Amino acid sequence: MTAALVPFASFSGAIEFIFSEQTSNVTGGAKVGGFEQAVELTLKQLEVTVLALALALIVALPLGLYLGHRGKGEVVLVGLANAGRALPELALIALVAALIGIGLVPVTLALAVLGIPPIVSNAYVGVRQVDPAAVDAARGMGMGEMEIIRKVELPLAISTVMGGVRSATIAIVATATIAPLAGVLTLGDYIINASIYGEDGRLAGAILVALLALSLEGLLALLQRRLTSDGLKVKTA
Amino acid sequence: MGSPLLLAASGQVGGDFFKERTSDTLPCQAKPNEPFCFDWAKENIDRFGTPTVQHLELVVISVLIGFAIAFALALFAHRSTWLQAPLLAVTGILYTIPSIAFFFLLLPVTGIGKDTAIVALAAYTLQIIYRNTMLGLHNVPDSAKEAARGMGYTDRQILWRVELPLAIPEIVAGLRVAIVSTVAIATLAVFIGGGGLGTQIYGGGNLTFPTSVFIALAIVVLMAMAFHLGLLLAQRYLTPWRNARAI
Repeated sequence: MTAALVPFASFSGAIEFIFSEQTSNVTGGAKVGGFEQAVELTLKQLEVTVLALALALIVALPLGLYLGHRGKGEVVLVGLANAGRALPELALIALVAALIGIGLVPVTLALAVLGIPPIVSNAYVGVRQVDPAAVDAARGMGMGEMEIIRKVELPLAISTVMGGVRSATIAIVATATIAPLAGVLTLGDYIINASIYGEDGRLAGAILVALLALSLEGLLALLQRRLTSDGLKVKTA
Repeated sequence: MGSPLLLAASGQVGGDFFKERTSDTLPCQAKPNEPFCFDWAKENIDRFGTPTVQHLELVVISVLIGFAIAFALALFAHRSTWLQAPLLAVTGILYTIPSIAFFFLLLPVTGIGKDTAIVALAAYTLQIIYRNTMLGLHNVPDSAKEAARGMGYTDRQILWRVELPLAIPEIVAGLRVAIVSTVAIATLAVFIGGGGLGTQIYGGGNLTFPTSVFIALAIVVLMAMAFHLGLLLAQRYLTPWRNARAI
């Protein structure tokens, strides 16, 4: 009977941890938890996620679109996408901390590295799937190559491109959770340093990380709808 | 010894791994500028055996469970199309929740250890396998189904003898992505006391001693490549008609 209630008790403890400050059992009475701390750690995780995603986008999106437009580098990109998937984020963070150093800049770089493969390869695939007739028509209308990429290929490839951005975001925000190992205090600190925050803190961290990831995914889904041209929506309906 | 399961039992999952193993890392820690210490690697390569086996176990069991569930869901959704949108949404949520958070959301229910890791990893693979299976079934040409119907096949026979075999490339592609990702993500099982190669990355002060991290990383990448190539071969074997050459 009571065993079945344990999960509920844990969750209510975690919710309480988020909203009210408590005294840590472990660190000689230090204060842990509370809304202010939760917000601070959430914002830090959001900050490092957004920075890394922006950096990955700046590098990967033009590269993927351009290579897709030229139809070059498929073998390299497929290899890159597979290698990116096989890269364990825990090892990445550990190596960055050991070899480059700790702090916001090394962590941002490491997370951006995780985001680049899905964005490049999806941009490439998306552009390759664009009907060549549309590209020819654009060329016939006198568009330059850059204009074709920007005004024809990118809009037509937007769902595949955004698929890559969403995968990258999920990987980055998930890995930002272990950023405390490299000295950036995100929500993962509640999870990794449970000896300070206690079990309620750890579960609170897990809840907040899950909510953050789902919110970002939801926002990107909305953004994708906004970016999809009305003409394309009609076609799929 | 300092196995994660024992540490877990004493309530020390996560934060307190760092004291272990300092004595045998000393020769290399004396030379902090050296990123890879061959002497240590030679002497300590044995310690990677058990974590590698644990890692394999985590990956294989999770992906098998994930595959069984996702494949069944795809078959249901194939027959009852109204299920497609909700199933995509639910598996999408499971895919989006970061594994490390998922571990601790499950903890109050399934406890510390590899079971929790397996549940979370299996949940992560659902969307990848489900989407690819649906895509494969969707890509089967209508002409093939009509030909089968003309030959007197029932719906069930069409599914198992025509649609699923023709969907194998997409299904195996999904399995490949799922398994390669799971090999990488299973390193996080260390945080929930699930063992695996993560124990050789996050443990024993490795954040300042990269040799062990490099070896674990190499094993993870090799394991992922082996699964990748193995599944490519399996796909060739399962779809002999695709290897036929037109004369």
